[in-house]
Amino acid sequence: MSAWERFVETFFKPAMLAQYWPDILKGVLVTVQIAAAVVLTGLTLGLLLASLRAYRILPINWLIVVFVDVFRALPPLVAILLIYFGLPSVGISLPSFVVLWLVLSLVLAAFAEEIFWAGITSTPKGQWEAARSTGLTFSATLTHVVLPQAIRLGVPPLTNRTIAITKNTALGTVIGVGEILNQATTAQSFTGNATPLMMGAIAYVALFVPVVALGRWIETRFAWRRV
Amino acid sequence: MEAIVQQFFNLEIMQRVWPLLLRGLGTTAYLCMLVIPLGLAGGLAVALASVSKRRALVWGAVVLVDLFRAAPPLVLLILLYSGLPFAGINLSPTVAVSLAFFLNTSSYYGEIYRAGIDSVGRGQWEAARSTGLGAAATIVYVVLPQAVRNVLPDLISNTIEVVKLTSIASVVSFPELLYSADMARSLTFNSSPVVLAAVIYILVLWPLVRLVSRLERRVAAH
Repeated sequence: MSAWERFVETFFKPAMLAQYWPDILKGVLVTVQIAAAVVLTGLTLGLLLASLRAYRILPINWLIVVFVDVFRALPPLVAILLIYFGLPSVGISLPSFVVLWLVLSLVLAAFAEEIFWAGITSTPKGQWEAARSTGLTFSATLTHVVLPQAIRLGVPPLTNRTIAITKNTALGTVIGVGEILNQATTAQSFTGNATPLMMGAIAYVALFVPVVALGRWIETRFAWRRV
Repeated sequence: MEAIVQQFFNLEIMQRVWPLLLRGLGTTAYLCMLVIPLGLAGGLAVALASVSKRRALVWGAVVLVDLFRAAPPLVLLILLYSGLPFAGINLSPTVAVSLAFFLNTSSYYGEIYRAGIDSVGRGQWEAARSTGLGAAATIVYVVLPQAVRNVLPDLISNTIEVVKLTSIASVVSFPELLYSADMARSLTFNSSPVVLAAVIYILVLWPLVRLVSRLERRVAAH
């Protein structure tokens, strides 16, 4: 057998490709669902926290800062293991996909809060004053004047962060969430062949390359023009 | 309440596993000292390729960066660690982890350096070249110092991510902090060791997180 044939046999065995693509596809669906849920809840929570922080209620702001700092410093895998293996012994059993969704949402919320908050604080004071003097309330100023600008300003940094965090759905394999990597390693342990792993890697790349490319585009499209 | 304290904040268990976790922290530090310089160097190479005048180099860099930014690091790690042996290549956990991290972090650092290099005005290049500096000297003495200064918050922020990312090495039984804590958890049937590991990660990284927040605000103010 030539080296090339051996390579194909090891990483792209046709019989395995045919046998396992439905499993990998199932994994793709799980990955997409969890990633979408994480993006939705994480960004929403981050925006809510940043808006709440704008009211400058001291004890609440302290809590938000602590939350943000903790989830920026804590590796997500640590939080995942802690919640998944720890909570059942105090009587709370969460399904593994819920644990994954919860942890990644909190991590994304922490980063999103920081980014939106930076946008809120960078809005010139004059805009607040102008809006308030036209009779808008504080909340109306926040939602109609400040947040639209803060969100736009936050798009480029948020895009990359969001992509990086949604890729962490692969961590779910450690607690048995049936995402792509989990399907691939399971299949690989049955077959004793690296083809399913390769399929998993390709599925991830196929899924995320368009997202990364889109991120690149958004970054240039939304970049704040420097004077 | 009692159960929660017993399960998550058991001081007696924390005390018992402390030496094990300390050794894990040492291994994490060792891993960081291996993968961060590697990533910084690889990233620089990628960035220089992507601002070069040769189209092939530019495209090669873009493809590599996007490819390794699209593949989750854990997927890369498992592919290298569990996949390559089927081709007769057995990597030790250390080599597999270093290689996976090198491919992943070089791409991220590379993008950051590139943004930094882009932020240095064209005029700087031209001025430096017209004073008689060579291309290499221009990059080393004129462009890079300013580029690095401009993207310092991003470089530190990414380094925090790399340190956090070392926790995935536990999946291939590399005995770093999380692996040690998880070992201790399965031996004691108690989550306190993992809580202790979480506290250690937070204590180590919190000053850096604060620093990045302040630097980012300063850059935003400009």
